[in-house]
Amino acid sequence: MGWIVLGLVAWIVGWAANVWLARLPKTRSVALAVPVIFGVTLIVIWECVVRGFDISPVLLPTPTAIAVRFAASTGILWQDFVQTVLKGALSGYVIGCGSAFLVAVAVDRFPFLQRGLLPVGNFVAALPVIGMAPILVMWFGFDWQSKAAVVVVMVFFPMLVNTVQGLQATDTMQRDLMRTYAAGYWQMLFRLRLPAAMPFIFNGLKIATTLALIGAIVAEFFGSPIRGMGFRISTSVGQLALDLVWAEIVVAAIVGSAFYGGVALLEKAVTFWHPSQRG
Amino acid sequence: MRRAVLPVVAVVAMIFVLWYAAAVALNAPWAQDRAKRAGVELSFSELVADTWAQDKPKLPAPHQVVAEIWKTTALKSVTSKRSLVFHSWITLSATLLGFAMGTALGIALAVGIVFNRVMDMSVMPWIIASQTIPILAIAPMIIVVLNAVGISGLLPKAMISMYLSFFPVVVGMVKGLRSPDHMQLDQMRTWNASGNQTFWRLRLPSSMPYLFTSLKVAMAASLVGAIVGELPTGAVAGLGARLLAGSYYGQTIQIWSALLMAAALAAALVALIGVIQRITLKRMGMA
Repeated sequence: MGWIVLGLVAWIVGWAANVWLARLPKTRSVALAVPVIFGVTLIVIWECVVRGFDISPVLLPTPTAIAVRFAASTGILWQDFVQTVLKGALSGYVIGCGSAFLVAVAVDRFPFLQRGLLPVGNFVAALPVIGMAPILVMWFGFDWQSKAAVVVVMVFFPMLVNTVQGLQATDTMQRDLMRTYAAGYWQMLFRLRLPAAMPFIFNGLKIATTLALIGAIVAEFFGSPIRGMGFRISTSVGQLALDLVWAEIVVAAIVGSAFYGGVALLEKAVTFWHPSQRG
Repeated sequence: MRRAVLPVVAVVAMIFVLWYAAAVALNAPWAQDRAKRAGVELSFSELVADTWAQDKPKLPAPHQVVAEIWKTTALKSVTSKRSLVFHSWITLSATLLGFAMGTALGIALAVGIVFNRVMDMSVMPWIIASQTIPILAIAPMIIVVLNAVGISGLLPKAMISMYLSFFPVVVGMVKGLRSPDHMQLDQMRTWNASGNQTFWRLRLPSSMPYLFTSLKVAMAASLVGAIVGELPTGAVAGLGARLLAGSYYGQTIQIWSALLMAAALAAALVALIGVIQRITLKRMGMA
């Protein structure tokens, strides 16, 4: 009973604090504090509800239990992180985005191909590409190569469509100006069209970060060596070791946010001139 | 029209040519191996014919997949467990339920965010953060946990679809509900419109184009969620189960037919929303 009352108190305090903060003039620290308070309140309520209602740890472990498990099994978590993120997701991300970028630049020279590839690319980007996972696992074996292949297939089309669109983002005036400077194709590409395409390219890169992690983890459900985040999640669920599953989810959340945040920071540095960044 | 269709047809034809060529290249080692053991020498045309007609090829040729789809849809009764229509229906029902729940949740959150400053500041960052978590990865846990508390069947899969599909709706609707500019809002104020009236007569109608765009994304995401949600349920029914069973038994043709069926389903659902969008916007005088 005490735990439930504590949870209710935490809820009211958190809510009141946020209502009060939201009335203050909008500064950087307020904009940061409000979501943090919301998140902390949520975790406290979770802890109190699980303890108060005596929910079995097999269904939903408490945040403290997850934290303890996280600290106790850093070795396993690190090993899975290396297998899934560094070997599978990251190499697939680099290969997939890199090749999509090169194909987009090549396609850009042929308007006929471009008009054909854009609708097809848009169509494929909406398909459940993740279904290719079992096939690619069959082709490339159980180790990280097949996971990288799944990631390549998943990130290729979103990246391609965005880059092709970005390369069309210059207007006639700008291109004409370059032509009056007697700029060749490559000068035009590097000095005008690629910089102008950067907001689109980074949009593709950001979409691809989440796809890469999902692809690498889900591909492990179809077969993997005895390490990797997807493998650990599916086997730990079978052993009802839900605290370990949640620890893996925490790792995935941190990695996902850091990956996305890193690309967003890079975007800020590269496209500082764009209206959306000057805000 | 010809300008738009011809390039697409050319690209699709190119994909098919590449597919057939890849089928020859990938299946050739197995064909050669078998021929060597039988002690015969394969001519090139025999090799090609063999690679396009294997039982368990590495990459089945398109016509094999089409034949398999025809066999499992048209020639099987719909209620049979071997009918692809039966499996598609299971996946489709989970997709649609999840899509409906996700859309409802997304719109409700968006309305809250637009009208409540506290919600805007506290919930919005977490909604964005929630999508950097690879939710599909915890699909098996959600399924198992919900099964343990007695919720099974359609609902767990629909929950995963919901989680994937609410995000595009929230983002699109927040943008859409905020799309009326100051002039229009001021006009409503000069008419002494209440907050309710402003919402129903101005904000909601002007958010429709944004809503439909995000519904298309949400539908595609919801189908992915339903398919992945079927993977850990022990592979009983649904397109995801067909994928998993196919990968256990090396039935590549079965995997590809399930995959193509999922693609067709996604295309049909997105096209359906496109049609509804065109009709609605036309009747509202926006398109």
